[in-house]
Amino acid sequence: MEQLINIMMVVILLTNLLLLGSSRLGTCIPALGFQGILLGLMLPVLLLSPEGISIHTLILVLISIPLRGLLFPWILFRIVKKTNIRREIEPFISYPVSIFLGMLALVLAFWMSSRLAGTPIPSLHPLMLPVAFYTILVGLILIVSRKLAINQVLGYIVLENGMYVLGIAFAGEVHLLLELGVLMDVFVAVFVMSIAIYRISREFSHIDVNQLQNLKD
Amino acid sequence: MNVNFFIPTLFAVVFAPLILGIINRTKAFFGGRCGQPLLQLYYDLFKLLRKGATYSKTTTYIFRLGPMVGLVCALLATTLVPFGSQRPFISFSGDILLFAYLLGLMRFFTVIAALDTGSSFEGMGAAREVHFSALAEVAFFLGLISLVKITSFASFSEIYSTSFANLWDMKSIEMILIGSSFLIVLLTENARIPVDDPNTHLELTMIHEVMVLDHSGPDFAFILYGSALKLWVLGSVFVQTFWPIRSGCVYLDVLFAFLSMIVLGVIIGIVESTMARLRLLRVPQLLVAGAALSTVALVLTMR
Repeated sequence: MEQLINIMMVVILLTNLLLLGSSRLGTCIPALGFQGILLGLMLPVLLLSPEGISIHTLILVLISIPLRGLLFPWILFRIVKKTNIRREIEPFISYPVSIFLGMLALVLAFWMSSRLAGTPIPSLHPLMLPVAFYTILVGLILIVSRKLAINQVLGYIVLENGMYVLGIAFAGEVHLLLELGVLMDVFVAVFVMSIAIYRISREFSHIDVNQLQNLKD
Repeated sequence: MNVNFFIPTLFAVVFAPLILGIINRTKAFFGGRCGQPLLQLYYDLFKLLRKGATYSKTTTYIFRLGPMVGLVCALLATTLVPFGSQRPFISFSGDILLFAYLLGLMRFFTVIAALDTGSSFEGMGAAREVHFSALAEVAFFLGLISLVKITSFASFSEIYSTSFANLWDMKSIEMILIGSSFLIVLLTENARIPVDDPNTHLELTMIHEVMVLDHSGPDFAFILYGSALKLWVLGSVFVQTFWPIRSGCVYLDVLFAFLSMIVLGVIIGIVESTMARLRLLRVPQLLVAGAALSTVALVLTMR
């Protein structure tokens, strides 16, 4: 069981690296969905050992896995289809450099969580904090380094995934309503952003945020 | 003096060209062809050794020195890597650095011999080779550092000692990460397909082949043999990391290591038949990704 969680954590780390290094949306979006499924499975796997799965967790899993693993990728793929943009050619920070930044972020994340290790925080697994920090940092890097609006939505979802892991790491089983509320917020945010991107692409025939500062009558 | 210490070197010296034959046969199988004989590289080497060498007037002694130094470096590298559980001839704490730098010296001499010809084409290949191997070295060193950190030894023979197989039970994730990063390094350093296509001649995309175009006769034989040895030593490092099976008997381990080298040849052949060569601009990305895998492994071992 310990090994299984370890593998899940490392795979989440690797999907983050993949998101940083891949220019094709056709690779990034499934990777994001995969990460979402892993995150959804994390809580039940973590809680499996002490005392079965509560109805609490079950509901959360049943809602969060289809949402993160299927619905978000589906929405993003719809935008890709509508705007007909398959990949980002020239981001602000090139792909090798963003992988390098990702490596620095990894070290930073492990350092930060080692600083926190002394404080009395009930953490379910030693890798949880670093993975959470790392996922948040990767989300931030994705948001600031990409020009395409769709990639920023991607970064936002990654950021939110990191928040979710951080929540589990600090509080374990959060109150169901609270967690569902957060999921609802994220869902609405992604939904609204996707509509906005679609509108932008129809209006300006591109979704390059760098050019959005030019006003158009 | 124990004769067994020479087993790793002996296997490398005798069987290194065979691996290339296996790779070629695997590729031929995927292409639906018969393929060249398994021992083709041996025939090529004998043919080249019997020929005379031609030297351009613009070249200096460096051009003649390059292939010899390269071969000597590769031969020395074979005396550092254990084979199976058999310890190598030379082994001391820190020999992993010597290994990496021997390969570096070999590359350096190939590069300056290429530059010595004065051909802009070879200069271009040299620039590419140096660019990619500088990135590959980061991945290789980070992988080695994580191995050292896991085992707390700094010599190949102690890292891959009998207890190494047990590490797979405790540190399997780290080992998989290090192994994958070593595979990327192996393919890059030996100019195999995702990075460089060994079959293309006279194309503007090639890297390693372009540097050795002006060598002929015995010099070219040295280069071919040296790169076969390099593939063998890097391959045995990869094999030892990825599937270290220890039976207890040294000879059985050696036999098993030999079989895994053949499997490695088949794997490289499959990779080459199923993948296309990456665009030149994408190669650094692959290498940085390899370095990132090693970094993840290193950070995981440090915590």
